[in-house]
Formats: sequence, structure tokens, C-alpha cells
Amino acid sequence: MDKKIGVYICSGCEIGESLDIDALAGVATSKYKVPVCKNHPMLCGVEGSSIIRGDIEKEGVNTVVIAACSPREKTNVFSYDPTAISMERINLREHVAWCHTPNDEDTQMLAEDYMRMGLAKAQKMAPLEPFSEEINKTVLVVGGGITGITSALEAARAGQDVVLVEKGPELGGWMAKLWKQYPKTPPYLELQETGIDSRIKEVKSNTKIRIYTGAKIEKTEGAPGLFDVTISQNGKSEAVRVGSIVEATGWQPYDATKLGHLGFGKSPDVVTNIMIEEMAKKGKFVRPSDGKEAKSVAFIQCAGSRDSNHLPYCSSYCCLTSLKQAAYIREQDSDTKVYILYKDMRTPAQYELFYKKVQEDAGVFLTKGEVVGVSEDSDKNLIVDVDNTLLGDRIQIKADMVVLATGMVPSAGIQVKDLPLEEPEGASDEKKKEEKEPPKDFIIPSDILNLKYRQGPELPNLKYGFPDSHYICFPYETRRTGIYAAGCVRQPMDGATCADDAAGAVLKAIQCVELTAQGKAVHPRAGDMSYPDLYMSRCTQCKRCTEECPFGMYNEDEKGNPLPNPTRCRRCGICMGSCPERIISFKDYSVDIIGSMLKAIDVPEEDEEKPRVIAFLCENDAYPSMDIVGRKRLSYNPYMRVIPLRCLGNVNLVWIADALSKGIDGVLLIGCKYGDDYQCHYIKGSELANYRMEKIKETLDRLRLESDRIRILELSIDEYDKLPGIFDDFMETIEKVGPNPYKGF
Amino acid sequence: MVEREVFDKSILVIGGGISGLTTALEAAETGYRVILVEKEAFLGGRVARLNKYYTKLCPPSCGLEINFKRIKRNPNIQYFTLAEVESVSGEEGNYDVAIRVQPRYVNDNCTACGECEKVCVTEIENDFNLGMDKTKAAYLPYQLAFPMKYVLAPEIIGTDEAKKCLDACKYNAIDLGMQSETINVKVGSIVVTSGWKPYDASKIDNLGFGKYENVITNVMMERLAAPNGPTNGKILRPSDGKEVKNVIFVQCAGSRDENHLPYCSAVCCLASLKQATYVREQYQESKVTIFYIDIRAIGRFEDFYTKVQSDENVSFIKGKVAKVEEDPATKDPIVEVEDTLSGEKIKAKADLVVLATGIVPNMSDNKIPVNITCDEFGFAVSDPSKMGIYAAGCAKRPIGVAGAVQDATGAALKAIQSTLRR
Repeated sequence: MDKKIGVYICSGCEIGESLDIDALAGVATSKYKVPVCKNHPMLCGVEGSSIIRGDIEKEGVNTVVIAACSPREKTNVFSYDPTAISMERINLREHVAWCHTPNDEDTQMLAEDYMRMGLAKAQKMAPLEPFSEEINKTVLVVGGGITGITSALEAARAGQDVVLVEKGPELGGWMAKLWKQYPKTPPYLELQETGIDSRIKEVKSNTKIRIYTGAKIEKTEGAPGLFDVTISQNGKSEAVRVGSIVEATGWQPYDATKLGHLGFGKSPDVVTNIMIEEMAKKGKFVRPSDGKEAKSVAFIQCAGSRDSNHLPYCSSYCCLTSLKQAAYIREQDSDTKVYILYKDMRTPAQYELFYKKVQEDAGVFLTKGEVVGVSEDSDKNLIVDVDNTLLGDRIQIKADMVVLATGMVPSAGIQVKDLPLEEPEGASDEKKKEEKEPPKDFIIPSDILNLKYRQGPELPNLKYGFPDSHYICFPYETRRTGIYAAGCVRQPMDGATCADDAAGAVLKAIQCVELTAQGKAVHPRAGDMSYPDLYMSRCTQCKRCTEECPFGMYNEDEKGNPLPNPTRCRRCGICMGSCPERIISFKDYSVDIIGSMLKAIDVPEEDEEKPRVIAFLCENDAYPSMDIVGRKRLSYNPYMRVIPLRCLGNVNLVWIADALSKGIDGVLLIGCKYGDDYQCHYIKGSELANYRMEKIKETLDRLRLESDRIRILELSIDEYDKLPGIFDDFMETIEKVGPNPYKGF
Repeated sequence: MVEREVFDKSILVIGGGISGLTTALEAAETGYRVILVEKEAFLGGRVARLNKYYTKLCPPSCGLEINFKRIKRNPNIQYFTLAEVESVSGEEGNYDVAIRVQPRYVNDNCTACGECEKVCVTEIENDFNLGMDKTKAAYLPYQLAFPMKYVLAPEIIGTDEAKKCLDACKYNAIDLGMQSETINVKVGSIVVTSGWKPYDASKIDNLGFGKYENVITNVMMERLAAPNGPTNGKILRPSDGKEVKNVIFVQCAGSRDENHLPYCSAVCCLASLKQATYVREQYQESKVTIFYIDIRAIGRFEDFYTKVQSDENVSFIKGKVAKVEEDPATKDPIVEVEDTLSGEKIKAKADLVVLATGIVPNMSDNKIPVNITCDEFGFAVSDPSKMGIYAAGCAKRPIGVAGAVQDATGAALKAIQSTLRR
């Protein structure tokens, strides 16, 4: 279909007062020979927007260029079917009229450059053709504990077919090993049944759920909607196709044998909280050494947790578990004394009421302090030494039995397979900088999913082995599209939270297959129908795309060719930035499209003393920030030309080279914060951009072009007040460096 | 005012804070239609008023921007601001809901150009900044507000001032005759995400809030530290605008207290740790003291506690604050802490005292007309006999943002299941 561009310029909101609209239209009609170019004093109004719709319907306009307010505004008005109409929006309001001198030559030049850039982009954009393939919508749940069982049930209740795989012989997991659970419902005072048996029954009788116990996942191939999973059970293998996966493989108690300093392994009467549950089920709390009833029991909290030598994190369930177990013991024998030795009692929300109840029991003694050792006296009594108590003294507690409140280790954090490990993320920033290695994921071969992914066999881990999301706002963000972790494998949590978490993860699993079936991306570009197309005949097998995709989208054949899996793709475009051959393109966004935009900039001759600088801005944070600069009417240097990007990780080095060889004086890149607390919505886009810029600076130095011409910065969305200063400061540097010697060539 | 056709058989989400936004978006992106009702003029609720999230110290506006973008491109969501649910009847799969929408006096033509604000002189209390400063009566709630539309305060309706705003608007966006209206919708299920409010600190007599200017609450501290707050992000004390060199945080201000809130509010420890970093980052020489009962930095949040502890200018003292007084000459608050075990009393003077006030569910006194079971504090309790109506986030229990979002995502699934059962 022939491209027919319509340009629509709004003169409202001070745009008309500060720019020569006719001259601006002239850029479109004369230089770019745009067949339709109109302006209106309120393009977003009923009349204005119907002009555009009319031209689409009657004039055959299929590419709409709207020069008006920020593309973030009036999105409901300027909304067209992306499979039929390409749209580009030029920000004349926030980025031009609102922050630059009205009717000034430089302001007009800025607007005209934006017009050229928008048109250059529009000329090359094509309508989207969503990726389509027969999508399977079955949910695979890995792990048959409370989280897995709940996940299976929740998915089935939403009409989904489910495959549930449990490695043990029975369903139920740790929850089935508990005697009771601490109070979850008002008045939050009485211990409750776990209810796990009825859930197991329910899951077994649900016809939508296929259960494999004593089974494991041999391998997982494919991508969302197209996962081929090999399940082995009783020595036989079975291939199952599923659409998405919930990883609910839970946790293991911290290995108490590592807690020798707390007496474990030295005296049989030092037990773990897990062993207390077994005793509670048997109905007797007796000393393992002599079978005598324990008349005094000391609980040691944070046994291995909150300890830099063991688990630095808090395991979150142990305080309440010890309070619960104290209640077990006291209920059974009111003469037994219970001591709980803690650092901080962590009973959040309504759980506080249960804590209060146990506190009021005269037979339970709660002491804040640091346990320094556990020993045995000559009568085989256990002696717990506690230091730094509130009294300031060192005290000793004599007990028949000591219980270690051991913490949680995520199953994904335990290396089971003997594979070489990559460096953990953020663990050696110094080293990374020196060697200039691109950032890599930390993946522990824990034998859970056995993914046949180029980047490794399991979900990438966060610190301490939890394959959790790093986003506060998006706790189900995953670096492996279509695979969602839930329950204690994701973070330490208790049973009730696990059940809630299961529902959340299942929702994401269902959402993924639903969007995938329509050829749409999942979060954060949910609904985007573009996807990358590779011009393979120019591929040099450099493997950068396959290594750098934050979501592991690409597999590789034996020659090193990338094998894209479009349903894994999140449309961030980071691979576009990684490719030295520039072969990766989206229909509406590519190296060539952005390259054409920057080539469209009109660069004045050196003697005009009007430098030109390009600013690549992340569209998620830096760009909205710059809109606020406009809203606040803050002014800054008019020589800056902004190009928004899906992610700073899109920046291809060729853009920098093109810009500089065209005579552009400097390039500024503003992305999200990176490092341990990264804010990049695509995990490591801004970090990769930084890594790549380090490289280009060396090249520039060799070319005798000053590396000061390129600056890369991190900016949070709320740091808008800093932006004008950032721009002005960079312009000052550029002026000091002097005009680009390639100008005019 | 509402020109769009109202969805049928959809999911109703009551409350447009982070939980409600999440439930609405997650359901909509799964392919279900959602009606989102928010009583304020903008979406985002409490998190929009936070400076940063613990423990990443990232700005909430970053995630809100993404969420607003998700709404903008998703035709499955219809939202109403300045709106409250008036009545609900029916059963799972088939509820009739009446939504009351208050007049904004500004319609969808608004381009947020700001001309009305320029001519408006009347100032009203700035609700976004918790009344800590003023805003014009023709106002945009805050720079990143969504929807990006002005509001005319009812205070000026009927005055010449309103007429001036009307005349200043070039886009026919001001409608002074706008009336409140009721919109009737049918929905299949309901999710209550009505959120929370801070405990009224003036009820805690001994802590001096409301009596002494330099005793503030943690939610006020967020506004003081926020770049779009009343002091443009500079932490200055209210009495004299002085920089703060010495700040005391009083934990469990009202929480874990039989006379106030018997439960733990779950977020205040981490909030104070976070706010300690605000102070320390702004003033190099500053000192922070946190008086606490237990520091509840649960799970991997422990790392953040460890990090703040490693700052030698932040001290942690276990002890319950008995009272706060004021040095009348300097207006410096003086904190008296009782060490219940040793019986010793500590007196400490500061430039500013921050009360770590807790979370009170909005449902505790603002009853939403839905049949939902609550505990004695007003937190929703899951009730298997009442399928079709669910709660998420702080309507259910005191919870941090990540937990609320997690919960709200699960609630979207429950709501979807309810629409499918019918």
C-alpha cells in the first residue's frame, strides 16, 4: 500500500503565538512534498480530530503526523488502529512553545527540525503486522506445595487447563508438615488448621488439573504459548505443550548443621522449628536425647537469618512460627517454661494481636538479646548464653531443649546441577568496569525448569537466589517472559501470603497467553504489536543480541546465528542497540528510522555559531520529566534536539557516528538509574548503553574527536528541575570543545 | 459529562490508588473490562504523595507513569474521578451499581494549558500536599496528574472568579453548570481497594502533634522531601523554615497501642529508615535518632536496615516515647523516652520530630455500600460466603506497596473468576 502522509499542526496552547505555523507547514509541503498538511487552533477538539479521521477515511491518509502537544497527552483523541495507520507525534507544546522564546529564530529552527525529524520517521514507519501462531493456553505449575496447589486451583477456576508437577511423592509441601498455622482471621488469637488436606483433595478431583507427582521437568523448550516441556516420571518421559509457567518450587530450611555455634549437632536436644512441628503432630515435646518431657524450652530466633555469615536477610516467618510453637507447648503443658530469645519481634499487621496474646502468657519469657553460644552443663542441661540484653547484662538461660528458628532458602537459590556459574549481578562492579564486560544475569542451575535458553537453564536470580522482581510497582515482572515465580521461591513469606501470591502469578500467566494469542507484548509495553525482524543475510554471528537481551529472547544455532522467539520478546529494542550490523528492526522503530531522524536535522554552518546537539531520552522517565520542564515553563538551550527512545539501550553506535559525521556537535544520552537499584524498565538497558558508550569514547579518541562530545547520564522521573541545568551545562562543554570539524562535509 | 458508553458485565474497582490501579490494569490487560472509581480528582492515591519508595529509593511517579501509560492505551478501562459508589445491589455475576460523580467544572476539552490558573487569584488548601501549602482554586492536582485535566474548586463556583476562569479558557473546557450525576452500571464482580489514611496523630495527646509546630507525621515528611512538595523537596522545619540538623523519629506512634491501634502498621519502620536517608542525604552533618520497639524490616528489606544502621549518624534506641514537649524559646521539640526495663528516662532535644503514624483503613469510618466483611479495625476479611466481592491492598491489611500490588494482582484473578462463574 502506498504511503500517504497527512501532517496536522495544532496552533493552540501558545504554539501558534510562538511559531510561524505557515513556515512550519512549508517544511512539510515543500521539502517533504506531503500531500495533506492542515492546521487547526484546537486539534484535540471534536472538529480538529474529525479532520484527521475524515482524511483517513476519505483521502486515504495512512500515516498521521501530529504536531501538537506531547505524545503523552490526548492519547484517547489521537488513537488509530496501528495495523492500518502509522502515527508520529511531534511535541511542539511542551518541548518548544512552552520553554523557548516565542517568535525567536532559534525557536522556529527547533520546531522545523522537529518537523523534519518527525517526517523522516513517518516516511519509514510501516503499519504493524502482529506475530501470529497457534497459541497453547495451558498453565504449567511447578511445585505442589501450598503455592503450587493454590496456583493450580486458581488457574482452573479461571477456566484454564493446568499441568501440576511435584517432585515429591505427595502434594502438600511444607504446609502438610505443619501441625497448625498461626491466626489468619479475626480475632487473630487462635491457632488454625492448615486446611491443606481439603485443598489437596480439591486439586486431585479437579478435571482441569493434570497432576504429576514424583516427577521433574527434564527440559523446557520454546516460548510463551509454545513451551514444550518434557516431564519425567517413573523413568518415563512425556512431552507436554503449555502456554505459560508458574514456578512455585518453594524453599528449604537453612541447613542447621551449619549452626554448630548454636549447638546443633553437638547436643541432640538442640532441634529445629521443623522438628517441633513433627513433635506437635505426635503430641509430645520430648528431649531427643532421653525421651524425657522438656520442661523448659528456649527458642533462638534468627538462627542463621539476619546473619552476614549465613542468611543476611530476614526469613519473615520464624518469629510467628516460634510464637505459635510456644503456644503448642504451653497448651500441652502449662508447667513448661518457654523462652524466646530474639533480636526484633517481627509480627506485622494484625499478627501483632497474637504476639500480644503470647506475651501475656506468664509462662512465656521474651528476651531481646544476642545469643552468643549454646553449651551443655554436666547434667546435660542446655545453657544458652545471651549478650546485649536490654538490661545490658550477659545472662544465661538453662533449658531442657533448644529450638533453632531456622530460616528459608529459596529452592531456586540452591545449586543442584554442576554447571559453571556466572558472576553474580552487582557483586563486582569494580571488576566489571575494568574489564568492560556487558552486565550479565546471575543464574543458578537449580534443576527446576531446565530451560533450553541461550542465557541459561533457570530464571535469573536476584540477590540471595530469589528469582524475584526488582520492581516495587511490578512485583511480577519477570526476566523470562511467560514464567512467573510465586511463593517462597520468590521471597520469604508465610502460607497465607503464598496463597495470595499464587493468585497473582496465575493472573500474570493467563494474561501472558491471552496477550500472546493476539500477537501482543506483555508488560511494560503491554499491547504492543510490533516485534523485531532480523535481516539474517547480513548477520555476522557476533552473538551480541543473544547475549544482551534482558529477557533471553534469542536462542542460537550451532553457528551462532540468533534464533528469535517473538513471544518471549518485550519489544524493548535493546537488541537493536546491540547489533553492529543494524539488522534488527521493528516495523515502526528501527536503527534506520532513528538514523533518518537525526540525519534530517538541519545543521547550520560553523560561522552561524549555532551548534546542534542531539539528546536521546528514555521515553519512560527522562521524556516525561522533560514534559514537566515544559509545564513549569523552565527554559533551556534551544540548540538541543530530543529523540525519545523505548529504552536508552536502543542506542546503536551508528547513530552516534552518523550524528557526528553530519556535523552534530554533541550527543547526550539520558536514561534510567542502573546498578543494584536499577530503575530501567528493561532491567539493564541503561547499563548496556553505558557500557557501549565507554567503547565509543575510545573510538572517538582515536578519530581525534573529543570524547566530551558524548555524555551519558542517569535521571529519575522526578528530577525534572535538574534537566535545564543538564542541557545548559552540556552546551557549555560543547562550546568549549568547539564546533564539530566535520561540519559542512 | 460522560459521553462514553458504559461497559456491561465488567469488573468494578473501588479506589484508584496503587492497588486499584493494579487490579484494574491487570484485569484489563487480561482482556476483561473494568470500571475504576476514584474519589479524588486524580488517580494514584497515597503513593502519588510519596517522595520515594523503600527500599529502592525510587520515585513512585516512575511506576505511576507506566501505569498511566497502560491505561491510556487500554480501551478496556473506564475510569471515573471525583466519584464514589453510591449503592450496590445484586449478587455475584450481576450487580447493579450506582456511581455518584461530583462536578469537576472542567470537561474533556481541557488541554491543561493553564490559562484558567493564571487568572485565578483565590487560593485554597492544597490537598495534594496534605494542606501544608496553598494552591489556586483553578488547579492541576500535580504536574504528573492523571487525568491531565484541571479542576475548579467548588469554593469559587458562582463567583466572578469562576467567570474569569471561564473567559480565560479558549477551549470551551470550563462548564460552570456542571452538576453531580449518577451513573448506573452493571458489573459481574467488585474489588474494593479503598486504601488507608494515616492515624490522626492529634489523638495521641502525649506526642504533641497539633500542639507543637515542629512535630510532624511521616506522611508530612514525604511531602517535605518531595520535589513537588510545599518546600520543593527541601526538608525545612515548619516553625521557622530552618534546615534540620537533628531529627528524631518516634516509631509506633499510635500503632501497637491498645489505646489507639492495637495492630502493627507494617510499613512505618521501613518508612522511617527511608526518611532517615532523606535527612542524611540532604544534610551531611545531620543526626537522626530512631526510637523503636522492634525494627520490622521483614524479608529482604533487612538489607536496607543493615545499610541504614551502617551510617554512624543514625542511632537506634529501643524504647517507647513517653511524651514530647517543646522548648518555648526555640520551638525545639523535646522527646522523653522511658526505658521500661531500667526505669531510666532519656530526654532528647531535636529540630524536628517525625511521628511514624500508622495505617487506618478507609473503611473504618467511611463505609462503602458493599456487602463485605471487616474485622473490628475496618480491614476487609476474606469471606467464602461472599463470592463476587473482594478486597486488596491496605483495605485488607497494613501492607507496603510491593505487597499491595501483589495482592491486587491476585484480586484481579478472583474478580475474573467471578465474572466467569456466571
